[in-house]
Amino acid sequence: MNNYDRIRTENTVDNKENFYENVPEPVTGAEALLRCLIEEGVDTIFGYPGGAIMPVYDKMYDYKEKIKHILTRHEQGAAHAAQSYAMVTGKPGVCFATSGPGATNLITGIANAFLDSVPVVFITAQVTSNLIGTDAFQETDIIGISMPVVKWNCQIKRAEEIPEMVAKAFYIATTGRPGPVLIDITKDAQTSKLNYKYKKCRFIRSYNPYKPLKTKEIESAAILINHAEKPLILAGHGVLISKAENELKAFAEKTGIPVAVTMLGISCFPANHRLYAGMLGMHGNLAPNKLTNEADVIIAIGMRFDDRVTGNLKKYATEAKIIHIEIDEAEINKNVGVDIEINNDARDVLRYLIPLVNQNSHERWIREFRINDKIEYDTVIRPEIKPEKGPIKMGEVVNVVSELTGGDAIIVTDVGQNQMSAARYYKFRNPNSFITSGGMGTMGFGLPASVGAKVGKPDSQVIGFIGDGGFQMTIQELGTILHYNIPVKLIILNNFFLGMVRQWQDMFYQKRYASTELVNPDFVTIASGYNIPGEKVTEREQLAEAVKRMLKSGGPYLLEVHVEKEGTILPMVEPGASVSEVKIIK
Amino acid sequence: MIKKEFTLSIFTEDHIGILNQITIILTRRQINIESITASESAVKGVQLITLAIRTTDDMVRKVARQIEKIIDVIKVFVHTSEEIVHQELALFKMSTKSLLSGNIIDHLVRSHNVRFIEISSEYMVIEKTGHKSEIVHLLNELEPFGILQYVRSGRVAVTKQVKEFHSYLKEMNEAMREEEEDKELEILKRQNE
Repeated sequence: MNNYDRIRTENTVDNKENFYENVPEPVTGAEALLRCLIEEGVDTIFGYPGGAIMPVYDKMYDYKEKIKHILTRHEQGAAHAAQSYAMVTGKPGVCFATSGPGATNLITGIANAFLDSVPVVFITAQVTSNLIGTDAFQETDIIGISMPVVKWNCQIKRAEEIPEMVAKAFYIATTGRPGPVLIDITKDAQTSKLNYKYKKCRFIRSYNPYKPLKTKEIESAAILINHAEKPLILAGHGVLISKAENELKAFAEKTGIPVAVTMLGISCFPANHRLYAGMLGMHGNLAPNKLTNEADVIIAIGMRFDDRVTGNLKKYATEAKIIHIEIDEAEINKNVGVDIEINNDARDVLRYLIPLVNQNSHERWIREFRINDKIEYDTVIRPEIKPEKGPIKMGEVVNVVSELTGGDAIIVTDVGQNQMSAARYYKFRNPNSFITSGGMGTMGFGLPASVGAKVGKPDSQVIGFIGDGGFQMTIQELGTILHYNIPVKLIILNNFFLGMVRQWQDMFYQKRYASTELVNPDFVTIASGYNIPGEKVTEREQLAEAVKRMLKSGGPYLLEVHVEKEGTILPMVEPGASVSEVKIIK
Repeated sequence: MIKKEFTLSIFTEDHIGILNQITIILTRRQINIESITASESAVKGVQLITLAIRTTDDMVRKVARQIEKIIDVIKVFVHTSEEIVHQELALFKMSTKSLLSGNIIDHLVRSHNVRFIEISSEYMVIEKTGHKSEIVHLLNELEPFGILQYVRSGRVAVTKQVKEFHSYLKEMNEAMREEEEDKELEILKRQNE
């Protein structure tokens, strides 16, 4: 194209832009990509540039008013931040990385989003199409590598395919059971031109997320529920995803059925509600675990009977008929055999179900929960959150934060004891206010996820509870906090141990502490290198005041709390044990 | 639980990489693929992958749902051996000399219903279609004569059921179009509100 042609084309483009809205116009693949993202309502992208994705980043320079790009310090950080952004906003997250190592560095983050059903659109660049398959510089088969951990992926080698594939990606990521998708775009597809026109995807022949409501099954479920004497609701992440919190509350209140939640279901039901039964699973509460095996009808809503929830499957829900409301058909009858399968969206089902169930109150049954709650409170909870002497406990820190924030903060965690303490002792009041790595249990999730949550919800107080081990896995993201002055509050629960592994060594490996004790840097000093103010707490008397100072500070803040070195998270359903054999004493 | 033979008829879009996605699911469940065939189906643009696997009733149901969950998979049908008509095809390359003695050729044609698809002075190529057991039976009989090459195809199968795949596809398309129209209406309604 000579200069004269270029000027002519540009003029035509301008004219078209001014006078006709829907006439296709020639743009580069890179520009088309950004326009598609804007069409999908994207205004924030987490990512990291590199050789193959440079045409896209170059175009971002022109679009910086419309799309904010957060440069993380590692692609894994970008992936976790994008996931966490999606979890707090309800919008799909978007994450960019270059080819080769950029793309492979995303994998942990992609797998994490996949196991926790979070919609994230990952866009990776690929080497020029004629180099694919030749082991070119920074070439990697990211389609093959990511295949088992994405809901869908595709490679784009021609610019013309970009609008359709991006539309498809957003449709697939956000509908049905959400999940991550990946689009791999070759460098030549980014630079060559296409006639840009965008149409949102509303239909894919081979993929139907909107199944007709299973009214007959719901009616049978209602009969079962109306005759139940000891019914129990197990609410999972699906309740939050389908925005069925109000329906769940109405359903529980009408039927008087106690609501237990999975870890990812936390915050779908107010923790201070009289029907709240607490968390299920390995480190869940005593009552819901124990009483799972006494319940006569279990209504599982948007959860997948993960092994951390069920314990030994042979001794799980032994007395119960199970109703499973789940949008992903492959999850039904996968781990636990169910009596009534309702393969629909949780909110749609509950809306149809509520008028069919009778007003009820299961006072005697609920009393059993309260009795167990009292036992757990006296033996486990009170000593953990209100100890009078000895070292600071993790639960105690969480409890102070919970009280001082009134349960209104968005809590992000890493993985391990810090996560279990936050899940157990923070009194969540708002939906989608608990951001954690569930299925994958990814250490290093906490710090970048705190960044993503704060970017997504700048007006909420975002607090990350992170262990000293996990913090050092993605510690470089302090650089992102510095760069964009992201006012997150980070609390390091420092026990100088990989706490959860140490707990298992203590309980099941005769206290042989192999490679779990840590020699740590001074985290407050490290934070100060990133211009992040911080404080170290080693004594109980300092704790509340230090937390108050942290909450009051306007910017980012790091609070390092030295907690009990060999603390144990209880209760515990030991591996291989039944949920009803949950232990409250080590 | 007893393992049985199942035939999976998997109808998919004609996209690259689907076979890979399917085998990932079977590999994770430690299920060996006994045979595999892929071809275009009676519906243009729709691929049909036919898999034979040995597993339990319970497991086949689980993996079928997981396979159907793959975005580009349109429909999965699970069949036991009684529910389908199936065939496999084998080719045997034999030295001509070895088969000339006695009435072996006569026997092959009469009892095994084979076809000779090439005959030269050095070798013959024999084609046999049938169930795997019949082919293996022939293989055992030919072995003493010295087999130069032997190859057997994957299973091809059609179902005995009356309802055909394209009627499923049509229903699916119609249901989804309606759904789509409903959704658009709803969006319009919301915009008006």
